[in-house]
Amino acid sequence: MAAGKELNPTEYIGHHLTHDAQPLFGEGGFWTLNVDSLSVSILLGFIGLGFLWWIVRGATSGVPNRRQAFVELLFGFVDDQAKGIFKHGDRSKFVAPAALTVFVWVLLMNAMDFLPVDIIAMGTQHVSEHGFRIVPTADVNTTFALALSVWVLMIVFSIQAKGLGGWLHELFFSPFGKWLLPANFLFNLIEYVSKPLSHSLRLYGNMYAGELIFLLLWMLAAAGIGWAGLAFLLGWGWAIFHILIVVLQAYIFMMLTIVYFAMAYEHH
Amino acid sequence: MNINISLFAQAAVFAAFIWFTVRFVWPPLLRAIEARQKQIADGLAAAEKGKQSLEASGKQAEKVIQEARARASEIIGQAEKRDAQMIEEAKSAAKAEGEREKAAAKADIQQEVARAREQLRGQVAALAVAGAEKILRREVDAKAHAELLDGIKKQL
Repeated sequence: MAAGKELNPTEYIGHHLTHDAQPLFGEGGFWTLNVDSLSVSILLGFIGLGFLWWIVRGATSGVPNRRQAFVELLFGFVDDQAKGIFKHGDRSKFVAPAALTVFVWVLLMNAMDFLPVDIIAMGTQHVSEHGFRIVPTADVNTTFALALSVWVLMIVFSIQAKGLGGWLHELFFSPFGKWLLPANFLFNLIEYVSKPLSHSLRLYGNMYAGELIFLLLWMLAAAGIGWAGLAFLLGWGWAIFHILIVVLQAYIFMMLTIVYFAMAYEHH
Repeated sequence: MNINISLFAQAAVFAAFIWFTVRFVWPPLLRAIEARQKQIADGLAAAEKGKQSLEASGKQAEKVIQEARARASEIIGQAEKRDAQMIEEAKSAAKAEGEREKAAAKADIQQEVARAREQLRGQVAALAVAGAEKILRREVDAKAHAELLDGIKKQL
């Protein structure tokens, strides 16, 4: 659409759901970089964490100004969640700040869904003619990157807490005891596989679906002036509902992160 | 839904962001909040202490006032007692003085009476002698009749 020529609905949606994928070597394949997701996520990380850093650098223990009060509210919210779930040592060392990072970053990435895709495309078409997706969390690479990072850290923490022997022992001997060793292993394996999958795909699915519904509504708007009015109303309603989804998914992603870190320290 | 190298790039970015938050964002704010919590706790403790000392000094003041009150009533009691005593003393002194004056006046009067009586007696005696002289028309020997005259004088 942004390219100026008429697109049929499939092409329109396909266009908006195409990544700005740049092959690093030759044909690309696995060695392809989704420049759009990466650049937007880095930008949002800098904005979100940069804002926090800016406020925190001038933080006073006296009467806080409004900006600091806002950041402290966020801090308190994340810290309360971490306090409630993670009871295995000093949460301020890693778990709580990691949870804050996840929450702020994922929230901002999700919130990109609110930006009207076709207006953004007017700018991004100069960068990439073939498509530029501005919701990094609607890219499975992003959500998997986060979920797998958490997963790897979870295993590392688990080994740190229990020792390699303890971790392997748990892998084979719990939850059913030594007589059901293969079942234990299978059980734990499924658990280990399902954790990052459910963690990442939940977020990805929600954001992808949100994006798709917006696209369908904008397509409806292209059908005529009356349809445009309807699409406006529906899009308005969906955007309001989507505020809930955006915040809720960021919250869930953060909570699961804390839960997985906490589980790493738990002995079965 | 293509998994590609973006996943690892994003993971690296994620790691960098977490490191940044752990290192630069969380600790300063935590420090500020904990310092404030300590300040508030200290303030509350100080307020509690102030309240307690206020209570203690209130009790102290109450005690002092009670003592003063007791002392004042004691002093008033003493003063009243002393007052009554003084009045009593003054009364008895006045009474004694009155008695004394009365006695003195009585003595004076008696003296006067006695003197007047003496005078009168002398005059009457002289009058009697003169009368007797006239009656008798003769010389009376004052010396010879002194005893008689004295007897008359005494009878008067």
